[in-house]
Amino acid sequence: MVRYLVHRLALAVVVLFGLLVATFFMIHLVPGDPVKIVLGVHATPTAVAHVRHELNLDRPLLTQFWLYMTHVLQGHFGYAFTIGAPVGEVLSQRFGATAALLTYAMVIALVVGIPLAIWAARRPNGVADNSIRLGTTFVFAMPAFWLGLMLALIFGLELKWFPVSGYETGIAGFFKTLTLPAITLGLPLATVVVRTLRSSLLSVMQSEYIEAARSRGLTERRVVGKHALRNSMMNTLTILSVNVGFLIGASIVVEQVFQIPGLGTLLLEAVEKRDYQLVQALALLAGTAVVLASLAADVIQAYLDPRVRLAQQ
Amino acid sequence: MSTVDVLGPSSLPPTPAAEPVVEHHRRRRFGAVRGMPLQAKIGAGILALFVLAAILAPLLAPYGRNELDFNNILSAPSAQHLFGTDNAGRDVFSRSLYALRVDLLIVAAVTYIPLPIGVLVGATAAYFGGRVDSIVARICDVLIAFPFMVLVVAVIAMVGPGVKGVLIGVPLVAWALYARLARSEMLVMREQPFMLATTALGYSHRRAILRHAVPNLMRAALIYSTLDMVVNLLLLASLAYLGLGAQPPTPELGSIIADGQNTLLTAWWVATFPGLVVVLFGVGAGLLGDGLSDGDLHGGPQ
Repeated sequence: MVRYLVHRLALAVVVLFGLLVATFFMIHLVPGDPVKIVLGVHATPTAVAHVRHELNLDRPLLTQFWLYMTHVLQGHFGYAFTIGAPVGEVLSQRFGATAALLTYAMVIALVVGIPLAIWAARRPNGVADNSIRLGTTFVFAMPAFWLGLMLALIFGLELKWFPVSGYETGIAGFFKTLTLPAITLGLPLATVVVRTLRSSLLSVMQSEYIEAARSRGLTERRVVGKHALRNSMMNTLTILSVNVGFLIGASIVVEQVFQIPGLGTLLLEAVEKRDYQLVQALALLAGTAVVLASLAADVIQAYLDPRVRLAQQ
Repeated sequence: MSTVDVLGPSSLPPTPAAEPVVEHHRRRRFGAVRGMPLQAKIGAGILALFVLAAILAPLLAPYGRNELDFNNILSAPSAQHLFGTDNAGRDVFSRSLYALRVDLLIVAAVTYIPLPIGVLVGATAAYFGGRVDSIVARICDVLIAFPFMVLVVAVIAMVGPGVKGVLIGVPLVAWALYARLARSEMLVMREQPFMLATTALGYSHRRAILRHAVPNLMRAALIYSTLDMVVNLLLLASLAYLGLGAQPPTPELGSIIADGQNTLLTAWWVATFPGLVVVLFGVGAGLLGDGLSDGDLHGGPQ
């Protein structure tokens, strides 16, 4: 287990380092002079030189990278010009709404996805299976913002069950304002859960230990619920962690549709105002979240399933 | 896993590798369509319809893409205006057709330019193995780990709004998806007799990879590309919705939907129909991809 953990952790560190390199070069890929874009065309040469020095853009490239890396590791992400506050502070203000939304969406994906997958897997190519498959194909093809608009139209504007935009804290406010956005994000993810879990359930159901459980006279409910589901959930866990990146990407659009003050809307503001350090920090944060999610999924899987950790040795 | 016979008959999509006998290739292509499962046929039919509609947009569209008609503002769907009109009296159906043309062209470019590059990189890495292979694998991991949407938005932040951001940002990552897919297939394939035979026959590495490995890797990549197309179309629509895609007056499906958001309650059709166009295209691609991978093939990842 320790050996597997060390191996997996080293891999994550390599990927994180790659992320640092990638986000570092982002600011150097800007056509033209990023400093002039930040300050506008009418900036005086002294001001330009001053800001360039502040951003360390006048140092050698390797020194710049070293400074960037050490600053990030110490939690200094730079300064958001357009907002007038340190990037770290801005991020922590906006973090809550996005974290709540993503968690809620994941829960919805599992609550919707798992029962549908079990239902579909009970009779492969049966009526239920085929309908569920067609349904997932449709939902997967829906643009997130469009699904959000349609939900807002039906449940917000017509039925008036939920507000169509805004964000409130507190348990009641949370369910009131985040339910529609979370469904919008969660449904496409649920289609992924359904497909993965269905196919791993089908392959697990072929195995001998399931036959053994059946021949011991266990009810079908117990065979599926207790024996088959446990082993099939492993794949689903991995797929969920792989899709954290997709979820973060989709949350940008969904936050915009429902006007939620999270990291996604922050990114759009930063892009619009060309606040490069903020964009850089947000890209780094998003990448890190994905790496940590896949690390967590692998560690949990190794902890629960000895086959994974033993296979590495 | 099914072993792929190089010359055997197959019920698979054609491999675009250069084959000397064009006639033979063409016959096989139509044979492939006939042999497809019904699901894939329906999917292929839907896709063909969309591509045709996009190509013939100027002929099919009853109105100009930006033709204003202030006497017909926000009129409901009718025989004159299939999808209704928007708040400037523009025909949503005509605009959707022109938008489809723009969107499909970009989707085709960002899906099918990275595909051969990725397959080639993945195949070469796995063919030689060793250090090069693990470096390529790590690079792919980093690129795929990164949230796609965030990356493309970041690229747009750098180069400015417009199609350019998509054309740079998507291929930057997309090749890695195909490289990873091709690499994992190649690791198995290089041990198979027909690949071992290329070494025994003294073929050059180049010939072994290009003429023998790549054509066989293409099928999985092409099947995966149907899913990739949907993902790219959704991405493109999202960016246009956010105002980061093609700039006005060029309509994109996403920007038409964004326009319709303001009149959602009074004129639901402006936002609804272009969205349905996206959904239907995605369903077509999904059916095709599913149908093809059901035929005992190893489909894309997942």
